[in-house]
Amino acid sequence: MTALLPRRGLAQIFALIVILMVDRAVSPQFFDLRLQDGRLFGSMIDVLNRGTPVALLSLGMVLVIATRGIDLSVGAVMAISGAIAASLADSHGLPVVLAAALGAGLVCGLWNGFLVSILGMQPIVATLILMVAGRGIAQLITEGRIVTFTSPDLVWLGNGAILGVPVPVAIALGMLILTGAVVRGSALGLLIEATGGNARASDLAGVGTRAMILAVYVWCGVCAALAGVIAAADIMGADANNAGLWLELDAILAVVIGGTSLFGGRFSLLLAVLGALIIQTMNTGILLSGYPPEFNLLVKAVVVLAVLLLQSPKLTGMAGIVARIRGTKA
Amino acid sequence: METGPDSAPCLLEVRGISKSFGAVRALQDVDFTLRAGEIHALLGENGAGKSTLIKVVTGIFPRDAGIVRLGGVEVAPRSSKAALEAGIATVYQEVNLLPNLSVAQNLFLDRQPMRFGIVREGEMRRRANALLAGFGLDIDVAAPLGSYSVAIQHVTAIARAVDLSARVLILDEPTASLDRHEVEILFKIMRQLAGRGIGIVFVSHFLDQVYEISDRITVLRNGRLVGERETASLPRLELIRMMLGRELAETTSARASAGEHQARGVCASFKGYGKAGYVAPFDLELRHGEVVGLAGLLGSGRTETARLVFGAERSDQGQAKVEGAPARLQTPRDGVRHGFGYCPEERKTEGIVAELTVRENIVLALQAKRGLHRPLSRREQDEIAARYVKMLDIRPPDPERPVGLLSGGNQQKVLLARWLATSPRLLVLDEPTRGIDVGAHAEIIRLIRELCDDGLALLVISSELDEIVTYSDRVVVLRDRAHVEELQGEAIDVSNILAAIAADGSTIAQEGRP
Repeated sequence: MTALLPRRGLAQIFALIVILMVDRAVSPQFFDLRLQDGRLFGSMIDVLNRGTPVALLSLGMVLVIATRGIDLSVGAVMAISGAIAASLADSHGLPVVLAAALGAGLVCGLWNGFLVSILGMQPIVATLILMVAGRGIAQLITEGRIVTFTSPDLVWLGNGAILGVPVPVAIALGMLILTGAVVRGSALGLLIEATGGNARASDLAGVGTRAMILAVYVWCGVCAALAGVIAAADIMGADANNAGLWLELDAILAVVIGGTSLFGGRFSLLLAVLGALIIQTMNTGILLSGYPPEFNLLVKAVVVLAVLLLQSPKLTGMAGIVARIRGTKA
Repeated sequence: METGPDSAPCLLEVRGISKSFGAVRALQDVDFTLRAGEIHALLGENGAGKSTLIKVVTGIFPRDAGIVRLGGVEVAPRSSKAALEAGIATVYQEVNLLPNLSVAQNLFLDRQPMRFGIVREGEMRRRANALLAGFGLDIDVAAPLGSYSVAIQHVTAIARAVDLSARVLILDEPTASLDRHEVEILFKIMRQLAGRGIGIVFVSHFLDQVYEISDRITVLRNGRLVGERETASLPRLELIRMMLGRELAETTSARASAGEHQARGVCASFKGYGKAGYVAPFDLELRHGEVVGLAGLLGSGRTETARLVFGAERSDQGQAKVEGAPARLQTPRDGVRHGFGYCPEERKTEGIVAELTVRENIVLALQAKRGLHRPLSRREQDEIAARYVKMLDIRPPDPERPVGLLSGGNQQKVLLARWLATSPRLLVLDEPTRGIDVGAHAEIIRLIRELCDDGLALLVISSELDEIVTYSDRVVVLRDRAHVEELQGEAIDVSNILAAIAADGSTIAQEGRP
C-alpha cells in the first residue's frame, strides 16, 4: 500500500474530509445510508456512483500523464463505446457488447499511442484529433439519434448492485485493483515513471520507451471505453453529442489534484481516483446546497488554481525564500 | 608591426574573473584582453569555460569575482541587452533573431523608423539595403529572414549588432553550420569590421579557420587561463597541447602488458562499421580486461563512435560481432541485451532520471533488461542499491534520495552503478570525469582500472589526454569524424596522441598557403 499511497497523499485526504464536512453542513442527511431492494442508497453512494466515469478515466489518464503525455480524447472515446454498446445491446449478448465496446476503446488507444510514440507527435495535438473526430464517429454510429435499449444485462451494469454496492462502483474498484496490480506488481510502474522523468535517459538505459508510451494510451482508451459503457447503461441509451462531454478535463483535473505533475514522472493511481472523488464530492455538495449548478464550474476553477499554485516550483521557491527570511529574522 | 593589433589600444579588458556553479568551478581567475581592430580566437575543449566566460562578460551570468573594462571604463552589464547598450554584441551559433519577420524588420527591431506612430516600411527597407550593402550583401530585405541561408542570417545578426554601435563583437561558433564559401564571406566581413577598429572574439573549434583569420589566441582549459599567444608564432602542435593539457603523467608502470589481454579474447569487434555523414567506417576490436581510449578534438567523432558501438545510433554499414557471433546493434535495447552499457557525456539530459531515487536509477537498466514480467522485488532493489552505494562510495549514502540532488560526481557513480548492476561485458564511458571535482575524478579513474582488472572491456572517451594515457591499453585517435591512428603499448604517450591529432590539419594548412 505504501507504493500506492505516499506521504504526500495527506493533503488530498485532508481536502476530501474538508469538502465532506462542508457537504454535511449544507445537507444534514449527507452520511445517511439505507438499504432498499438489495442496494445501498444515500448521498455518499451517489458520490461514488456518479464519480465512477471520471474515476475510470483518471486511472488511464494518470498513466498517460506520468509519461509526460495527455489524452484529450477520452470523452469522445466514451461516446464511441457508449454508442456501440447501445446499438448492439438489444441484439447481442453482454459479452459481445462489452467486447465490441472495449475493443473500440483499445483501437482508439492504439491510434493515439501510434501518433504519439511512433510518429512522435505532441500528445496534446495528437489526441485532439480523436477528441474532435471521435464524437463524429459516435454520431455516425447512432446516426445522429439518441439510441435507447432495454437489455436487462446492460441496464444492470449501470443500475444493479453486488452485495448492496452499485455495480459501477464495484467495477471502478475492480479496475483500480487490477491497474494497481499490473502497474505496481510488474516493473511497469518504475519504467513509466522513468520514461516520464527522462525519456532519453530511459531509452539509453534500455527501457523500451516507445512500447511504454503505446501501452499507456491503449490502457487509457480501454478505461475510457469502460466508462462510456457504464455511462450509457446508466441512462439506458447513448447520446453521441453529450456522453462524456468535457469529462477529459475532469479526468485531467483529478490526476492533477492527485499530485501527479503534468511534467510526468511520479504518479499515484489511488490519489488520482481520490482526486476524482474530490471533484464529485464538490459537485454533489453544490447540488445538495441548492445553489445553481453554474457555481460548480467556478468552484472547480478555484480548486484547480489552488492545486496548481501548490505545485508551481516558483511559488514553492518563493515560499522557501519567505521561510528563510523569517528564519533569519527569528 | 607598428600598425598591427599589437600597438592598438586595449579595448576589452577582463581581469581575474571567477565563476562557480555549486561545487563546480567553471572559471578561476581568468584574464582576457581584446585590442581594438583585432580578431582574437578563444579556444578550449568542451567545458573549458569559453561559454561561461562569454556569458559572464555579457552579463547573462553574474560573476563571483573579477572586473571587466571596456575602453578603460569598468562595466558590469546585468543582461545581454545592457551589454549590447554598453557596446558588447554577441552572435550565437543559433541566430537569436526572428525567422518569420523580414530581414529589414529584424535589423531594425525595437528601433523602427516611425512617423505618427506608424512604421515607415519604405524608409526601413531603404536603410536595411544600405546597411547590408556595406557588408557586400544585395538581397531582398522584405523577404522573411528564415527564407535565407544560415550564413545570411549570421551576417544579418552581425549587421544588426554592428549598427547598434557595437565596439566588441563576440562570435560564438559562427562557422559551425556554414559551408566553405559562406565561411569566406563571413571572414571577409570580419576583416572589414576589424579594419574599422572593432574588436572581434572568435570562438571556434575549427583550428584551420582559427589560423586563417585570427591575430591572437587565448586558450582556456578546465576553467583556467592556459595562455595568450600570437597566432603567427604558435605552432599547431603547441596549440593542441595547450588545449588538451600537457602535464605528462608517469604512465607505463600502471599499465599491464598488452600481451596478457590478447590472451583474454575479443569481447566485441566492428568491421567497416559506420554511418554515412556521421562517422566514417572504422575497424575496432574491444577485448576483455582492456581499456581502449578514444582521443581527438571536440567534434572529431569520438561520441559518434561510442554511440554507434552501443547502439544508441543506427549504423548503415559494416559488421558487428559480440563474442565472435554476428550481432545487431541498432537500438539501445540491442546494446543492453548484448551486455553493453553506456554512460553518456550529457549526464543530466541523457543519463540520470533526476526525480527518481538513487535506488530506482541504479536498478533501471537491470530491470529494463529483465523485462516487465520479472520485476525486481523491493528487497532485491534495496540489496542492489545498498551494495553499489557502498562499493562506489556514493554520497550521501541514502538510496532513497532523488538522484537530482546529488553532486555531479555522485550522479556519475550512480550511472556507473546502473550499468555494473547489469553485469555488463562492455562499458562505454563518454567523458566520465567531466564536471566532476578533483577527488571524485581520481576515484572514477581508479574504478575504471579496477573494472578492467575484473575482465570488463572498456571504451573510454576523454578530452584529458593525461587521463587517457593513464588508463588506456590502446588509444584510437580520431580526426574529422574518422579513426586515423591506433596507438599501443609503449607508443601511448601524450606527444604521440597530439601528433596524430595535429598531423592532418597542418598539411592542409600548408597546402592552403600560396
